[in-house]
Amino acid sequence: MTHMTATLPETLEKAATVEFRGLRREFGATVALDGLDLTVRPGEFLALLGPSGCGKTTALRMLAGFEHPDSGAVLVDGEDVTQVPAHRRDAGMVFQSYSLFPHLNAVDNVAFGLRMRGTRTAERRSRAAELLELVGLADKGERYPHQLSGGQQQRIALARALALRPRVLLLDEPLSALDAKVRLTLREEIRRLQQELGITTLFVTHDQEEALSVADRVAVMRAGRLEQCAAPAELYGRPATAFVAEFVGTMSRLPGELKDGTVEVLGQRLPADGEVPDGPVDALVRPETLRVAADEQGTACVVATAFLGAVVRVTVRLADGTEAKADLPAHEATGLDAGTAVGVSLPERPVLVAARTQK
Amino acid sequence: MARRLTPWRWVVLGLAALYFLVPLVASVIFTVDAPGQGVTFDAYTKILSTGGFVSSLLLSLELAVATIAVVLLLMVPAVVALRLGAPRLRPVVEVVCSLPLVVPPIAFVAGIVTVLKWGPEHLSRTPLFETFVVIQNQDFPLVLVLAYVVMALPFVYRALDAGLRAIDVRTLVEAARSCGASWPQALLQAVLPNLRGALLNASFLTLALVLGEFTVSHLLGYAPFAVWIYNVGGEQAQMSVAVSVLSLLVTWALLLALAGAGGRTRSASSRG
Ligand SMILES: Nc1ncnc2c1ncn2[C@@H]1O[C@H](COP(=O)(O)OP(=O)(O)O)[C@@H](O)[C@H]1O
Ligand SMILES: [Mg+2]
Repeated sequence: MTHMTATLPETLEKAATVEFRGLRREFGATVALDGLDLTVRPGEFLALLGPSGCGKTTALRMLAGFEHPDSGAVLVDGEDVTQVPAHRRDAGMVFQSYSLFPHLNAVDNVAFGLRMRGTRTAERRSRAAELLELVGLADKGERYPHQLSGGQQQRIALARALALRPRVLLLDEPLSALDAKVRLTLREEIRRLQQELGITTLFVTHDQEEALSVADRVAVMRAGRLEQCAAPAELYGRPATAFVAEFVGTMSRLPGELKDGTVEVLGQRLPADGEVPDGPVDALVRPETLRVAADEQGTACVVATAFLGAVVRVTVRLADGTEAKADLPAHEATGLDAGTAVGVSLPERPVLVAARTQK
Repeated sequence: MARRLTPWRWVVLGLAALYFLVPLVASVIFTVDAPGQGVTFDAYTKILSTGGFVSSLLLSLELAVATIAVVLLLMVPAVVALRLGAPRLRPVVEVVCSLPLVVPPIAFVAGIVTVLKWGPEHLSRTPLFETFVVIQNQDFPLVLVLAYVVMALPFVYRALDAGLRAIDVRTLVEAARSCGASWPQALLQAVLPNLRGALLNASFLTLALVLGEFTVSHLLGYAPFAVWIYNVGGEQAQMSVAVSVLSLLVTWALLLALAGAGGRTRSASSRG
């Protein structure tokens, strides 16, 4: 897209570090944050990922100054900002719901912050026009929010959030109200804009694919706590806990027996990862790791296949009734129709194990 | 399906129009038709020359403006705070604001009279005595403004509540705050402009209420427009009807003016 070549004359000289320290917040009986510790590096794009209700929005709102912790602190560049009111936090925010001011057109929406600062009209308008160009809506300046599509509104909200050159950019599921196609293009644009400006960014989402595809690092939250914070590849390849493993990407659980750091699964003995006591465990296996081949003597059988483009996802049922998913290249999957007897195996690599869940 | 109903709509509309227009037209005919002389506007010219027309109308307008100002200053921050801070209190406030509808004006005014009598007797040696004197000033009876504020509460609350329902106040305030707006700035620049319609409605209803209010002002011994009409009308039948027609037109004109002013600024600054 051509409009992405436009740059702001001044990018940020120095990006900010953000630190959450032992944040705790209760709403009546619900514990929204239960001692959240997290550090966002300068200029980093960090995705806050987790199931709905795990406290992502609450954490973000604490950084924005809309919510106050019962205990703990929020630090920006090492400075405690917990007591600083929202309008002095220097944080630009894009909301999940459409949040443009309905009575102002696009230019005035973007220029709102500058007006609050008392910037002169001419300067305000030129800066707003610049930002509209940055988000590719230079020609929509005179439109009112109700005359714009959802995607356009969120772009303008992004421009508005960037207008004051904030030290951090906060995005609370900005794409969740948009349709799939707009969501894809807009998330790429947000990423490119962020890299261009080098601004420290917190991006809240419950969509793991979204988080993995745009972020430098992904912080997975669960029930108000940080579960793991790592680069997308590490998060996917070496999940620290069973929760992360199953929340990020697809995982099958295969029953096994743990003994002396090795696990017996699918008739193989493999090194085990994960801290669980010896005994019956589940081995967590990604679909692309599991090997499936037609085998007359095999004890497993194919239950279903789904064509996903480059790969075919084959669901197999093992002898004990457990179902597992495997991704096979399309040419390997020919002939694996439902009911075919197959052999299932794992490569000679360490597998992640977790305490067995009763099914 | 809607099309099939169209004849019925016209019938209903026609009946409603008849219901409103027949008495009105009859009144107008009655006022301009002097027996044996044809059409004459004597009744209307006489009104203007009767003492008190302008002053009572002005008094009513002043009371209306003061009431609108007070009730909006009181209610707008209250309903916004209610929405942001304590949504669970809403039913309570709704009931409290509806009470004036339940209490008949006659009971209301009886209460006011009692307080006005009791106050000066017991407070004659305190500064509050002055307060009682001031609010009963004949030129501008503040006590009427206070009474009207209470009487306007149900309408104003409902109008503002409907307006707030249509916008996401919390998100607007937070968006403004993250753009560097302080609390008052966020309210004035992000919320109020989007409540324009509701504010206009509330003002409308209050204006109509104050212009037509009779019981309280009459019983307290003041003579705003409605009381003046009553006093004048008692003297001559034709003129009393002419006065009612005129008061109807005056109220309409004011409401239209208010709507026009609101509509124009609205379309100038926003099309939404
Ligand atoms: N203002 C509030 N009042 C009461 N409960 C709240 C409030 N805000 C959040 N919660 C609760 O706190 C938990 C975390 O909420 P939230 O941070 O919005 O989760 P997420 O954004 O991850 O979906 C939820 O159980 C939610 O119901
Ligand atoms: Mg949320």
